[in-house]
Amino acid sequence: MSGVTPAADPHASQSPRLAPPPTDPTADPAIRLAGVTAGYGERVALESVDLEVATGELLAVVGPNGAGKSTLLKVMAGLLEPWRGEVETLGARPGRLAKRVAYVPQAEAVDWDFPVTVGDVVMMGRFPGLGRFRRPGPVDQRAVHDALGQVDMVKHRGTQIGRLSGGQRRRVFLARALAAEPDLFLMDEPVTAIDATTQEELMDLLESVASGGRTVIATTHDLACAAARFQTVLAINRRVITHGAASLILDPALLAQTYGGHLLTLGGQTVVLDDAHHHEESPGQVHYHEEAPRRR
Amino acid sequence: MDALMEPLGFAFFLRAMLASVLVGVVCAVVGSYVVLKGLAFIGDAISHAAFPGIVAAFILGGSFYVGAGIAAVSTSVAITWVSRRGGLRLDTTIGVLFAGTFALGIFLYSTIEGYVGDLFHLLFGYVLGISPDDLVALTLLGGTVLLVVALLWKELLYSTFDPLAAAASGIPVARLEYVFIALVAVTIVVSLQAVGIVLVVAMLVTPAATAQLVTSRFSRMMLVAVLVGSGSAVAGLYLSFWFDVASGATIVLVQTALFAAALLLGPKSGLLLRRRTAPLDETAREGTASTTSMDSSERRLAP
Repeated sequence: MSGVTPAADPHASQSPRLAPPPTDPTADPAIRLAGVTAGYGERVALESVDLEVATGELLAVVGPNGAGKSTLLKVMAGLLEPWRGEVETLGARPGRLAKRVAYVPQAEAVDWDFPVTVGDVVMMGRFPGLGRFRRPGPVDQRAVHDALGQVDMVKHRGTQIGRLSGGQRRRVFLARALAAEPDLFLMDEPVTAIDATTQEELMDLLESVASGGRTVIATTHDLACAAARFQTVLAINRRVITHGAASLILDPALLAQTYGGHLLTLGGQTVVLDDAHHHEESPGQVHYHEEAPRRR
Repeated sequence: MDALMEPLGFAFFLRAMLASVLVGVVCAVVGSYVVLKGLAFIGDAISHAAFPGIVAAFILGGSFYVGAGIAAVSTSVAITWVSRRGGLRLDTTIGVLFAGTFALGIFLYSTIEGYVGDLFHLLFGYVLGISPDDLVALTLLGGTVLLVVALLWKELLYSTFDPLAAAASGIPVARLEYVFIALVAVTIVVSLQAVGIVLVVAMLVTPAATAQLVTSRFSRMMLVAVLVGSGSAVAGLYLSFWFDVASGATIVLVQTALFAAALLLGPKSGLLLRRRTAPLDETAREGTASTTSMDSSERRLAP
């Protein structure tokens, strides 16, 4: 099932975001990668990645399947130890400041038949901040309510998650991240396979999060959305192709460089042929920072 | 009434009742996580792995619990360690260790001369033979398991539901995995006398699976599992007393009957009643309905 993503979307011209990232040279970057190479088993997923993401940046990570988008997020989150190179997340070793980072996996990473309600899932966002052995209190209930309010899901608080639509599931995951009150959002495909209204609403929310000085890094297959709604874009295909203003991604030369043979030109419009439902690695293949596999 | 009260006059029956209910409760609590984590097969492997430990304890004159505990916990940690290192599929690792450890138990057993009588009890349980000392040991071990689960419930819940997000937020998911599998091992040791090596997995899985069919919240699932587990322990024990049949097997059969009832009548599985899946919110689903159904069917096909 190939998703066809129009690269040149009318949306893009309506709200052009040509402004460069508001990089404050005095502020520490939220993320710094130097010469990072990472992968699974024998397979290289990222190669010699150098990257600085400014605090408050709203960054879209784009690239074809297998380009290392999810791997990049996992390295930043401390879920995957890189083979080589240095990583700083919020100025520290990844995983060190985990409570200030909200990682949102792809929707397919969890079992939606799991016996939990919308409210239960959002409450999980509060668990790390509570500390060991402490139970959620009124402050946490309040935070869950507020987070659900932001994604317009308050009335579904008691609903079992399996009964939600695709868009509602993404809303719940974003609410869980919001409830954690993090400084850095690492989101894997937060607006994939959802309706246009939900996409607009979630992007409005991410925009306001970023304008509040928090950093948002999201992978996406939707280039029109990346160009129109994000501030900056990182195009990768195992290596970094470019990192700059979001509108850059619609440049045909850059697209060709990023997507290689997956490009198609139809009546003057360039489209990217990509399979949005294919994952870089199976959800079952889980790695944690305590025991990350290293290259032999 | 007499039929219910009369057996309670026997001290052995009362001890058996307390032990079975305790086992039913502990297994239901731990089993709720086992079912959601998909670890049923591991539970079966650990119970078989306890066998060589029990036989070794008998040969060396040591405690049943120490022997079974060491064998079960070390096998469970070994399975987790081998599976985390990768290279082999989890079910392959389990299959190898499962058969290997059980074979070791039989090998050791065959070296004992004139010790054959209790094999049936080891394999299929003999809860009526539980001594007062056994009951104390079961209560301490079972109580410890319940305490650890109570202390770690939110970390266990988060890491079971979404291990990646939990690990990224600083919950020690890898260490919890070892702690949990050790809890499963202790739970199995607690249950061995009641239902035996071969049937322990039913105590662990069946009540929780039954509960999952009738509830949609984790706390309620655990509560229903506890009720099913302890209720079938009581019912099974009376039935085995009245009809003079194997107690462990009867308890498991009662659980299985309850599971079948939930499967046929439950609101979610609905083999008899139509599944109630009224869409939540038509407007919200508009345009995403096809995506949703595709997502869920895809997930079901995925291993």
